[in-house]
Amino acid sequence: MSYLRPALVLLLLFTALTGLAYPFAVTGIGQAFFSAQANGSLVERDGRIIGSDLIGQAFTSDRYFWPRPSATSAADPTDPTKTVDAPYNAAASTGSNLGPTSSKLADRLTASSEAWRKAGLSQQIPGDAVTTSGSGLDPHISPAFAKAQVARIASARNMSEAQVRQVIETATEGRTFGLLGEPRVNVLRVNRALDKLGS
Amino acid sequence: MTLNGWLQIAIILATVLLAAMPLGAFMAKVYAGKRTFLSPVLGPVERSFYALAGVDPAREQGWRAYALAMLLFNAAGFVLLYALLRLQGFLPFNPQGFGALSPDLAFNTAVSFVTNTNWQSYGGETTMSHFSQMAGLTVQNFLSAATGLALAVALVRGFARSKMNTVGNFWVDMTRSTLYVLLPLALFTAILLVALGMPQTMLSSVDATTLEGAKQTIALGPVASQVAIKQLGTNGGGFFNVNAAHPFENATALTNFVQVWQMLVISVAIVFAFGRLVGDNRQARALVWVMGVLLVAGIAITYAAEAAGTPMLHQAGINPADGNMEGKEVRFGLALSALWAAVTTGLSCGAVNAMHASFTPIGGLIPMFLMQLGEILPGGVGSGLYGILVMAIIAVFVAGLMVGRTPEYLGKKIEAKEVKMAMLAVLILPTAILGFSAVAAVIPQGLAGLLNAGPHGLSEILYAYSSAAGNNGSAFAGLTANSPWYNTTLGLAMLLGRFAYIVPMLAIAGSLAAKTKLESSTGTFPTHGPLFIGLLIGVILILGGLQFFPALALGPIAEQVMMLTGKTF
Repeated sequence: MSYLRPALVLLLLFTALTGLAYPFAVTGIGQAFFSAQANGSLVERDGRIIGSDLIGQAFTSDRYFWPRPSATSAADPTDPTKTVDAPYNAAASTGSNLGPTSSKLADRLTASSEAWRKAGLSQQIPGDAVTTSGSGLDPHISPAFAKAQVARIASARNMSEAQVRQVIETATEGRTFGLLGEPRVNVLRVNRALDKLGS
Repeated sequence: MTLNGWLQIAIILATVLLAAMPLGAFMAKVYAGKRTFLSPVLGPVERSFYALAGVDPAREQGWRAYALAMLLFNAAGFVLLYALLRLQGFLPFNPQGFGALSPDLAFNTAVSFVTNTNWQSYGGETTMSHFSQMAGLTVQNFLSAATGLALAVALVRGFARSKMNTVGNFWVDMTRSTLYVLLPLALFTAILLVALGMPQTMLSSVDATTLEGAKQTIALGPVASQVAIKQLGTNGGGFFNVNAAHPFENATALTNFVQVWQMLVISVAIVFAFGRLVGDNRQARALVWVMGVLLVAGIAITYAAEAAGTPMLHQAGINPADGNMEGKEVRFGLALSALWAAVTTGLSCGAVNAMHASFTPIGGLIPMFLMQLGEILPGGVGSGLYGILVMAIIAVFVAGLMVGRTPEYLGKKIEAKEVKMAMLAVLILPTAILGFSAVAAVIPQGLAGLLNAGPHGLSEILYAYSSAAGNNGSAFAGLTANSPWYNTTLGLAMLLGRFAYIVPMLAIAGSLAAKTKLESSTGTFPTHGPLFIGLLIGVILILGGLQFFPALALGPIAEQVMMLTGKTF
């Protein structure tokens, strides 16, 4: 048949070209010239990998800035057919996918905002403090959310609030070219900056 | 909404237009078979491919032969991809040791990538080996996009030619689309994306010990090579489960900029190429105006709805200025999330950088409605152009009825056959979307997949079939679609939305090519002016509105009303 040969031959040729040659070429060039980015922008401390600059981590200690809530989960170690909450599981990204009339979302929002009130937050709650991100791995928080955590961190670390604010100030990234994206604070970076202060 | 937000949106869209014009000129040359600056490098590759495949590039095909070649090529692609997914456990580059996909999931995924839909019933990093991602999915990202471009060019030739019984050679159009358009752009932008932070490695993951001493396993892989083409080819199938919301798949506002540009540029460029191929750039500009007006309106409504937030957020004491950040990333905020949502659905891309399921009801209605309008704003690569040309045929037909003249478009008389075929194509979408949604909404297999209750649950179903039939691929991802019912019916909706549309469209191409191209006279209705732009916008909105308003009223519109009364489910 006059159609079968071109269909099969072109499919195989393009599979070799776009499915093998192309991704391996990008891998070769990426690894040669941009190896840090190509390998996941990993962050090392004393020769050990402590995470990725681009991937959020679950911080719970009072001494650290906390990230946004995360909707990721993992297989339940006791029953593999079920899942358990596992915030910032970077092996299985997911959002909550709860809609604007979900009572589950309403309960979660009320519970987290009450928790922030109890933690001493008196002003308006920053939007990102109680909402889960799309990926469940958001590495950033808004500057407003970082500032809302100053008092807790200052008291846990015996630092002055001004010192903590200074750390936030230094860690805040502006919009790219003053235009694109939103101002933000990388949680892993700002927490490392806290640790470097030593207290 | 902020001034900065609008400035970001304006600059990205302007950059697309600036690049699309020269790219369109280049593509017009490629499809006319002329030499380009890439010919010295790619010409020999192209000729050797034809020699091996036994293709005579000078021999053209009639519309039936063109359609048959396209169908066979896509069927072969489906069989190969299905086999790769079913045999995944035995194939190389599988560091996580993932096993075979289930038959229904492999069917759904293979159909999904061959039809340029890229609906994903699976989570990438927990299901697919590197080999499946590269040699399976990435290949179809290229080839389904190339198929779309080839088909659009065939229809354009129908308008450009006079009294000919051929519309081109599918093998040549498909090969040129891949070699000269998709591959160079993908290679260049993939490397750019790696430089901007996107992983590209054969490792599957690394283990980190966090500052608090916990273990964190971070999934990695050859991400950039797949993301570059999934955006350029308006495919949309992510390497990771959450697609371009994942920081590895979209690290910064800059990678977001590049990816929105990638999504739009070819779909807009092919419209400019159309203008050159029919010898009248004004016709192309008119279509770009239609696409632009409707797309910007979609962006504006989504942005406004997300910035307004929801009563639930306000009651929880959240700063109203922060809008609705559930399911959105801090680095993108409201403006870039709204921009992406409208663009990815006005196109048939379907990649997402925020979770559409968690948008406000109106913010989620717009992406759904943009898909239901037929994926023509500006639509998928190629499919957007042939989609809007079918709409243009209907628009001149309506205009012809009003003044009692035989309608003409681009010098071709639009007669009963073209209008019948156009209506046949256009009716596929409501049939597939509303038919399957209606069944899924009443049977237990359909209801079993829902995450949200109330009207939002119906929206999950409606969105899924709109996405599948429109060959989009985005989702209200609360729906658990990896079940035999959804995998099978969504797969069928994708096949209908792609191929049941293409065949009548190619019949129009064949019929038009055979007609004499008329000189325009004083009685010809001009199809480049504001009157036609307005008419086409009207036809698109009225057709889409009449078909889908009743269903939308039960889903997002009902949800909006109930949300404002404070009801939850």
